[in-house]
Amino acid sequence: MPEELRVTIDGKRCSGRRGQTILEVAEENGIWIPTLCYDPRMAPYGACRLCLVEVEGARALMPACHAEITPDMVVRTENKRINSIRRTVIELLLSDHPVDCMTCESAGSCRLQDLAYNYGVKESSFKGETHSYHLLDDNPLIERDLDKCILCGRCVRICEEVVGAGVYGFVARGFDSIVSTPYDHPLEESPCLFCGQCVSTCPVGALTSKLSKGKGRPWELKQTDTVCPYCGVGCTLTLWTRDNEVVNVTAPVDKGVNRGNLCIKGRFGWQYISSSERLKYPMIRGKDGKLRKATWEKAISTVAERLTEIVKENGPDAVCGLASARCTNEENYLFQKFMRAVVGTNNVDHCARL
Amino acid sequence: MVTKTKAEPEQASERARLDKIINKYRKQKGALIPILQEAQDSLGYLSEESLFYIAKATKRTLAQVYGVTTFFTQFRLEPIGEHLVRICHGTACHVGGAEDIDATVCGHLGLSEEGGTTDDMEFTVDKVVCVGACSLAPIMIVDGVAHGRLNADRARKVIKGYQKEK
Amino acid sequence: MSKKTRVVVGLATCGIAAGGVSVMDELRREIKKRKLNVELAETGCIGYCFAEVLVEVEKAGMPKVTYGDITTKDVPELVETHLVQRKIWREKVLLIEGRKTAEADFLKRQKRIVLRNCGLIDPESMRDYMKKGGYEGLKKALTKMAPEEVRAEVLAAGLRGRGGAGFPTGQKWDFCARAEGADKYIVCNADEGDPGAFMDRSVLEGDPHAVIEGMIIGGYAIGATHGYIYCRAEYPLAVKRLRLAIREATRKRFLGKNILGSGYSLDIIVKEGAGAFVCGEETAMMASIEGSRGMPLPRPPFPANKGIWGMPTNINNVETFANVPWIIRNGARKYAAIGTGGSKGTKVFCLTGKVRRGGLAEVAMGTTLRDVIFGVGGGIKEGRNFKAVQIGGPSGGCLPAALLDTPVDYDSLPAAGAIMGSGGMVIVDDTTCMVDLAKYFLTFTQMESCGKCIPCRVGTKRMLEVLIRICEGRGVPGDIGLLERLAYDVKDASLCALGGTAPNPVLTTLRYFKDEYKAHIFDKKCPAGLCVDLVTFHIEPDKCTGCGVCVRNCPSDSITGEKKEPHVIDIETCIRCRECLRRCRFDAVYTV
Repeated sequence: MPEELRVTIDGKRCSGRRGQTILEVAEENGIWIPTLCYDPRMAPYGACRLCLVEVEGARALMPACHAEITPDMVVRTENKRINSIRRTVIELLLSDHPVDCMTCESAGSCRLQDLAYNYGVKESSFKGETHSYHLLDDNPLIERDLDKCILCGRCVRICEEVVGAGVYGFVARGFDSIVSTPYDHPLEESPCLFCGQCVSTCPVGALTSKLSKGKGRPWELKQTDTVCPYCGVGCTLTLWTRDNEVVNVTAPVDKGVNRGNLCIKGRFGWQYISSSERLKYPMIRGKDGKLRKATWEKAISTVAERLTEIVKENGPDAVCGLASARCTNEENYLFQKFMRAVVGTNNVDHCARL
Repeated sequence: MVTKTKAEPEQASERARLDKIINKYRKQKGALIPILQEAQDSLGYLSEESLFYIAKATKRTLAQVYGVTTFFTQFRLEPIGEHLVRICHGTACHVGGAEDIDATVCGHLGLSEEGGTTDDMEFTVDKVVCVGACSLAPIMIVDGVAHGRLNADRARKVIKGYQKEK
Repeated sequence: MSKKTRVVVGLATCGIAAGGVSVMDELRREIKKRKLNVELAETGCIGYCFAEVLVEVEKAGMPKVTYGDITTKDVPELVETHLVQRKIWREKVLLIEGRKTAEADFLKRQKRIVLRNCGLIDPESMRDYMKKGGYEGLKKALTKMAPEEVRAEVLAAGLRGRGGAGFPTGQKWDFCARAEGADKYIVCNADEGDPGAFMDRSVLEGDPHAVIEGMIIGGYAIGATHGYIYCRAEYPLAVKRLRLAIREATRKRFLGKNILGSGYSLDIIVKEGAGAFVCGEETAMMASIEGSRGMPLPRPPFPANKGIWGMPTNINNVETFANVPWIIRNGARKYAAIGTGGSKGTKVFCLTGKVRRGGLAEVAMGTTLRDVIFGVGGGIKEGRNFKAVQIGGPSGGCLPAALLDTPVDYDSLPAAGAIMGSGGMVIVDDTTCMVDLAKYFLTFTQMESCGKCIPCRVGTKRMLEVLIRICEGRGVPGDIGLLERLAYDVKDASLCALGGTAPNPVLTTLRYFKDEYKAHIFDKKCPAGLCVDLVTFHIEPDKCTGCGVCVRNCPSDSITGEKKEPHVIDIETCIRCRECLRRCRFDAVYTV
C-alpha cells in the first residue's frame, strides 16, 4: 500500500495516497473540481486549464488532474482569481463553438454546456473568427462535427492509449489545429475498429453515435445498468431506454470490469433488441425447406434425434460443434464436454476464432 | 480530396532512398524528425506514400507521423517550386518593412499575399520567422542565399535575377 | 603568432548575407593578381553587424585595422592602399587598434566573456580555440575537481540561466545530479526563436567549442551520459560548425569514452529543430527530441527528474554553457565580481531596429539601458527620437524613454514589466506605432501557439483580433478593458511559458503607451502615422520627380500629375494600398 498522506482541500482535512493527484483525492472526498480534458481512463493531459487550483507555497496555479499530492499540501479549489480564469476559458471555448444546443445531440450530457451553466456564462464576451468544417458522417456509426471539437485530445488519447489503434491525431497547430485522420481519410479507410471509445470520451457534441441520433434527450431516458451479453468478459453497460426501447448504450467509467470501455459489439450492437426481424422462438425447417415456429421441447428433441441419426450413419466426426463467445467460460466448458463425451468428437470450436 | 492510401511509394528509387535514410537512424531512438528532414531533402517534399512508409518503418501510426509533419513549419506535404523564396518576418524585418517586401514579391510573381507556389512551379514564396540576421533587415533568403537590406525595389530586382536565370 | 600579413573576413550568417563570400573571393583574386604574401582567413561574428561586411587587416609595423561596409568594389582600393602602399584606408575604417575612432565605443563599452573569442578566432579551427585557452576549463574540471565541486563553483559564481527565466544554473545542476536514472541527458537549447535575437547564433557560429566545452563540464557535473544540442534548422551554418567542432573534440578525446582519463564519458548529438518556436520550451523540446509534436507538458514533474525518455534531463541555453568554461578557468570569485547583487556576469544583447550601431552587445549585468542603447549602440538612426525599447522578444515588454536608466538585471527589468529574456533588444523611434508593435508580437505568438491549452490557443487569437480592429480604426471603448482581462487570464492560465508570457508586449504597451491605444480607439488616429486605415497618403513635391511609376501602379487611379512635375494623391479616392509608397524610388510618398 502506498504511503498515506494528509492534505487540506478547501479547509477540509482529507487523506490520500502518495501518487494520487489532487483531483483524485478531491473527488474521493466529495469536492468537485471542473474538468474538460480529464478522463480517468487515460494519463492526465493538463490542457483545458479548468482544474487549475491554488496550492499554498506554489508560485503558479496547478492543474489538479496532473499535480500529485504532497504531505500537508494545502489546496484551494476556488477563489476569485480561479473563477475568473474558468469563466474566461469557458467564454473562449464558446467564442469558437456553435451555440446550437437546441438541436445538438449532446445537450444534456455536454460538459461545456454544464460548465457554462455552473459558471453562469450566457454568451461569450469574445467575438472573432470561427471555424466551419464539413460534417463528417461517412460511416454508419460515428458522426464527427469538428465545429464542436474543443481539442481536448480525449479521442486522440483514448484511441492511442486504450484502444491502441491510433486513428486520430492532431493536425496543424495553434488556433487552426484540428483532430482528424491523416489527410482527412474516412474512418472506414483508417485503422478504426468502430469501438466508439472516442464517442464515449468526447465531452461535447463533436463525436456522437449515429444510432442514437434524435432518439431522445438524456433526461427523457431511463438508465439501467446491466451486463453485456456478447461475451464472457461481462462488461457493465448502461442501457438508455425510452418507452421500453433501447436507444443508446454507454458504460459507466466508475464501475465494472470494463471501467467505461466497450467494444463495437457492446456499444453499437444493440439494435437487434427491438428489431422486427429478431428471432424470439425456435424454428424448425420442414421437408419443404420452410421454417416453422416450434416449442423448445420439440426443437431440442429434434436436434437430439438428428444428432443420434447422423452419428449412427456417419460416425461422430461427421458432427462439428461451434460455441458462442456470448456464453460464459462455464457454458463453453460444458459444450465441449458435451461434444467430446456425448457426441464423441473433438470437432469443437468457438466463434471468436473465426 | 480523398485519396486511397497506397502501401508503398510507387517508385523503387524513392523506396531505396527512404530505406537508406531509415537505416541510418535505425539505432537512434525517436529519430522520426531527422528521418522526415532527410526524406524531404532527398525527395523534395513528403508525399502520403513516403509518410506511410516511414510510419511503418518507425513503428508509428500514420496519424502520429502526419501530426508531426503538420506541426513543424519546415515540412512540406506538397511539391515546391524551382526557387524557394523565404521572406523573413522577424522583429527587425517587421520594423524595417517586411510587409512591403512580401507584397512586392508576391505581387510581382502573381501570388496572393499568403505566398505559395507559382503555377509554372518556378517559385515558392514562404513567410518565415526570424532568420537571425536582424542587422541586415529586411531580409529574404532565396535558395539558401541571403539578400539583406532590401527595399521593395531591390527585392523585385533580386527576384528578376532569378527569373532571368532560365 | 606569425608576423605574416593576415586578412580576416567576418563570415557569420550576417556577414555572408551582406556579401561576405564575394568579398572574400575578390580579396583572394586581388591578392593572387598582385602576388602578395598574405594569409586570408575567416572568422565568426564580431558583433559589428551594422557595418557588415567586416574585413580586418593585420600587417607587421602597422596597427590592426578593422574596415566596415566593404563591398567587392572596395577590394582593389583596400588592397592597394593598405597592403601595397602600407597606409590606412581612411574611408572605410571602423577600428584601429589602440586608437580612438568614431565607432570604437561600440566595443570599448562592452565586457566580453561569452563573446570572448567571437570574431577573433577561426571558428572552424580547434587549434585557434585552444590557443585562446580553450578546453583548459574542461581539463581543470575533469582532472582536479569532483562533480560536486564543479556544481558548487558554478553556484558560487551566481550564473543564472540565460535563456530567459534566470534560474540559478548551479542549483539546476544539483537537482539533476541528485535525480536517479539509468541514463541522464544534458541538452543545449540552441533553438533561438525570438524574432530579433541572434546572440546564440553568433556564439554557435563564432565559437562553437566554447558551448561544447561548457556542455561537457556540465555533463560531468551532473553525471550525464548523453548530450543533445537542439539547434534551429534555420541556422545551417551553426549546425555545420557544431558538427565539425564535435568531430574535432571527439578526435582530441574531449568527447567520447573516458574523457582525459577521468573515467567520465559523454557523447553529443546535434538535433535540428523543424520550425516551431514553442520547442524552445523545455518540455516541448523534449517531446520533439523524442520524435513527437512539440507540445509542452505540465510541471511538475520537472525535466530534472523526468525528462527525455523519462530520464533525468538538464537543459541550459547556449549562452549559459558558453559562460561555464570561463568560470571554471577563472574562478567563481572573478565572475561574481561582475554584475549586481542578484545578477552576476554579463548578458549579450542583440541591438536591432532603429539603433545606429546594431549588433552584438555584451555588457556587465546592471548596465543601464541608456548605456547599452546610446553608449554601445550610438543612439537612434537618422537623428530621430528614441521612443521605446522592446526587450525579451515576444515574451518581453516595451519600456519608454522615462525608464532608460533601468539597469539590465534579473530584478530591475521584471519590476518595470519587461523581462531579461534571451536578449533581443529592438529599439524603436517615433515612426513605430506601439499598438502595431504589440499586434506584431501577438501575431507571432499566436502563430506559434501549439494549440494544446485553451487560454493560449484561443486567448491569444482573441487578443490579436482586438488589436487588429484597434489598428484598423474599428476599436470600441470597451476594448482596453477586454484586452487587460484576457491578458491577465491568459498569463495565469496558460500551460507553458509561451502563453504565460505572450501577453507581456500588450500589457507593457498598455502600461506605458495607453495614449496611443486611446488615440486609435477614440480619435481614430495613429500617432506614428503607420496604421494604414488611420492615415492618409501624400506626395512630397520636393522629392517627386514626376516619373509616373506611382500613377501607372495606382489601382484606384487616385494619382495625377504632369510628366516631370510633382504628382498629387487624391485622398478621397485613395484606397491606401501602399503600392505608391512601395514603388516610389525617391521616398516622396509619406503618410499623415
